[in-house]
Amino acid sequence: MTGFFGALAEAWDELRVHKLRVLLALIGVAVAVCAITTITAAGDMLRQVSAEANERWSGRPATLSVSAYPTGQEIPGVEEYVAAYEDITARYEVEYSSMVMWSETTFRFPGGTMPTQTNAVSADWATMHRFVVDGGRWFTESDADNLSPALVVNQAFLDALGQRIEDHPTITIGGENPVEATVIGSYANTWPGEPPAAYMLVESKLRWSTPESLMNTGPPSLELWVPTDTVDALTDAVRRDLSGAIAGAQVDVSRMDSPDMNMIDGATKWVILGVSAVALLLGGLGLVNIALVTVRYRIREIGIRRSFGASSGRVFFSVLMESVVATVVAGVVGVSLAIVILHNVPLDTMMGSPVQDRPGFPVSAAVTGMVAAVSVGALAGLIPALVAVRVKVIDAIRY
Amino acid sequence: MSLLELHGVTRSVRLPDDRILEILRGIDLTVDAGEHVSIVGRSGTGKSTLLNILGLLDTPTAGDFLLDGVPIGRLSGRVRARRRGADFGFVFQQFNLLQARTALENVAAPLLYAQGKQFWARKRLAAEMLERVGLGDRLDTMPEKLSGGEQQRVAIARALVRGPRVILADEPTGALDVDTGGEVMDLLDTIAQENGSALIAITHDLAVASRAKRHFRLAEGVLTPIAIGARSAGSLDGLGSRVEHVPDGEDHQAEHVAVTLGAVASASSAAAEPVGAPRPGTGVDGLFGDSVVAS
Repeated sequence: MTGFFGALAEAWDELRVHKLRVLLALIGVAVAVCAITTITAAGDMLRQVSAEANERWSGRPATLSVSAYPTGQEIPGVEEYVAAYEDITARYEVEYSSMVMWSETTFRFPGGTMPTQTNAVSADWATMHRFVVDGGRWFTESDADNLSPALVVNQAFLDALGQRIEDHPTITIGGENPVEATVIGSYANTWPGEPPAAYMLVESKLRWSTPESLMNTGPPSLELWVPTDTVDALTDAVRRDLSGAIAGAQVDVSRMDSPDMNMIDGATKWVILGVSAVALLLGGLGLVNIALVTVRYRIREIGIRRSFGASSGRVFFSVLMESVVATVVAGVVGVSLAIVILHNVPLDTMMGSPVQDRPGFPVSAAVTGMVAAVSVGALAGLIPALVAVRVKVIDAIRY
Repeated sequence: MSLLELHGVTRSVRLPDDRILEILRGIDLTVDAGEHVSIVGRSGTGKSTLLNILGLLDTPTAGDFLLDGVPIGRLSGRVRARRRGADFGFVFQQFNLLQARTALENVAAPLLYAQGKQFWARKRLAAEMLERVGLGDRLDTMPEKLSGGEQQRVAIARALVRGPRVILADEPTGALDVDTGGEVMDLLDTIAQENGSALIAITHDLAVASRAKRHFRLAEGVLTPIAIGARSAGSLDGLGSRVEHVPDGEDHQAEHVAVTLGAVASASSAAAEPVGAPRPGTGVDGLFGDSVVAS
């Protein structure tokens, strides 16, 4: 054990003495490790960005989409759908669920009445789709009790309205039952040039729409956010129950989120590996070069150490450890640098959109960086160590 | 059982033209614990090779080398290295201090290969040893800032810091002036005696050689016991030193060669007559010339 610590102390001593060499080695390897760690961590971030973007559209794993289309002459009323959906949600104790009704609503903008894409959802929908508002707030359950329907609108809607969210704007929903709606939240346009769009609570939609207009929008669908391990069983159960609840309807229950998202990860992983390998190769080559040159200059010292009782194994290990200790130091610097970079650079924004659940600095990235550092140190130290062992002691002392 | 025993040790090397060069031939030598032995010889006669074999840095081509009665051929490379570190201390002519390390770090360096307490307390032990050689106030000084004598004292401290049983000194005063060489040898003698370490010195310097209890001459790879009867100061060079074989003494089984030092040396001056010790720095080249007469 003392031998191991002795070799470590020797290696550290050697590095301390050859500060410039260490610094040169540090720069190359630290940059490489920083790159590897950053890329690995950025890969995690990219996965998260990709996952969240996917979840905004398709819901979180596992989200079931439930719909029932009438097939017979008799079309079930909206109330029948609502009752059936509420029954299913309660029966299977689904914590997050939302009814969804896509429709066009006529809003009376200052510039004139305009049919506007409106999505009627439940309050849970934002959580299920990682939906965030830029200004104001999203719906709460109590908004359903307001006589003035609450709206969450996009920026284009606000622009058309000519107001800011801070102004607490209101707008009249036209039609057979005109009503003054209140804009409680806003969000950024999903794409440039997006027309005005709005979200409202399903309860408000049902309250202020006539049965005829509701039937024109089509039956509501239901989204259920359920545990992934129960998704298959629930799919069957919901299909069976709903078929029984809504007579004559063709029930469709399917998973909305994309379980095959790892397809993207495969490509990303190869890119990361390729870049990392090149970075490591460059750092390692620099280290080998410097270590080889210095071993040539240290032949006499190696001979002297042999006279102190250093076995060839110890000389090998010590020279090897010099590179390893150097790269461990470089690794720590590189990983630290990567942490600082990832902490301060908004990678998620640069990659697309801000993530809600920002992944912490991945331990795997730090471990990968350190393993890479130690490996490149060991490989880079191997050749100088072999050279050092081949030094003829007697010649070395008289060198 | 002696500490070191060499019986018929030969060391040869193969030359590029495939000839075999015998550097050492049939070396017989026994060194006991605490003994002081000197070996004199011209350059290129195999002195350093012998020292390397004694210090386990090299191995004999033929013959037996016993350390504590155990043939070193039976020891693995790792064990030999461990014994070398624990039992031998080297003092080199050119000091061979590690550059860019302070005196303290140089003296502590051998303790990096020690075990247990010696390893963990290496800084303290090194400081104590430097104190013993009178460099307690130069612990953090770099070698290049030390005089030649001070550097050799650091080297001596380094050689002794692990408490070796044998000190192997290869021309320890070779790079020093006469007075400094004398001081360094005084120190080496004193500390070796205090530690109970055997001291084997290879030297050109007659004064250094004469400090030993037993003396040997190495010429053309052959080691011969000699008696140095030091009588007068001055170099032997060109003095026509006369060397006579004397009857085998009680110390040695081999023949003795008595070297008579003096300005007047002739074949008729007969038996050696020891006189005053020579000054340090006295050359001994005359010892290796044709004037050495075997009886």
